[in-house]
Amino acid sequence: MAEMPGIDREKCDGCGLCVIVCHCGALTMVDKSINIIETVECDWCTDCEAVCATGAISCPFEISIE
Amino acid sequence: MTVQLDFLKNVLYFSGLDLAEIESIDKLVFEKSAERGEMVLLEGESATDLYFVASGAVKVFKTSAEGKEQILSIVRPGESFNDVSIFDGGPNPASARAMGPVLLYGIKKNDIEAILRNHPRVVLNVINVLASRVRHLVSLVEDLSFKHVIGRVAKILFEQVGGGQMGRGPRLTQQEMAAMAGTAREVVGRSLKALEEEGAIKVDRNRIVITDKEALKRVMEVSS
Repeated sequence: MAEMPGIDREKCDGCGLCVIVCHCGALTMVDKSINIIETVECDWCTDCEAVCATGAISCPFEISIE
Repeated sequence: MTVQLDFLKNVLYFSGLDLAEIESIDKLVFEKSAERGEMVLLEGESATDLYFVASGAVKVFKTSAEGKEQILSIVRPGESFNDVSIFDGGPNPASARAMGPVLLYGIKKNDIEAILRNHPRVVLNVINVLASRVRHLVSLVEDLSFKHVIGRVAKILFEQVGGGQMGRGPRLTQQEMAAMAGTAREVVGRSLKALEEEGAIKVDRNRIVITDKEALKRVMEVSS
């Protein structure tokens, strides 16, 4: 199961910008709210997080040491 | 009211204008579409049009001789880009690429000049837009010049794993790292790329793995 970006639905204003910039089709708009489809195509480019003006999308990185 | 007219009414450039004025400007606007990844502007080339993003998003960035990218801004619906070369007549100071399918509304340089002459209110609005742009860029210059952000990002990563005592630390977004380093998200993205090139870390999808603790510490020391 691939981890996917997180959505804070309270912050999401339904502008849909993240859906437009997502190159792998992981994000869709359902009833003016963002829905995320799990896909291995998501390469964590974080463009969705970068364009979100309300901070509703988060792409956290797990930090570890070898 | 057309979609375009409705859009123009809400653009900062044309704020405070009445409907008749917006309608006269509307006649000068043309549409331009771009696909994901398409370059809308190339740094160094001459440009003749001012653009407003109607839908989608555009990344404005500079590229170094080594091919490194520094994002200057992400232009969202309602915002403009290429203002600088329109008003100073010089070449594009940066490149612009569509982050997805994008619809732009453009106005030719000559038409912009006519709009400024005929609608003094727009002059004040443009000053406002350009002043905000300068403020953003000054802040970015400060981050890139004086703050040694790469060292601070290295320190944040190092501290997240307890200086090597913990195998795994909490999860952080680039926005959170930016807030912790007192910088912009754009600068964190570039710092992570630089640390990866140094061989200190490896970014694997949503994982940042510290592959060379000593290299990371060296960056922290050099940049402090």
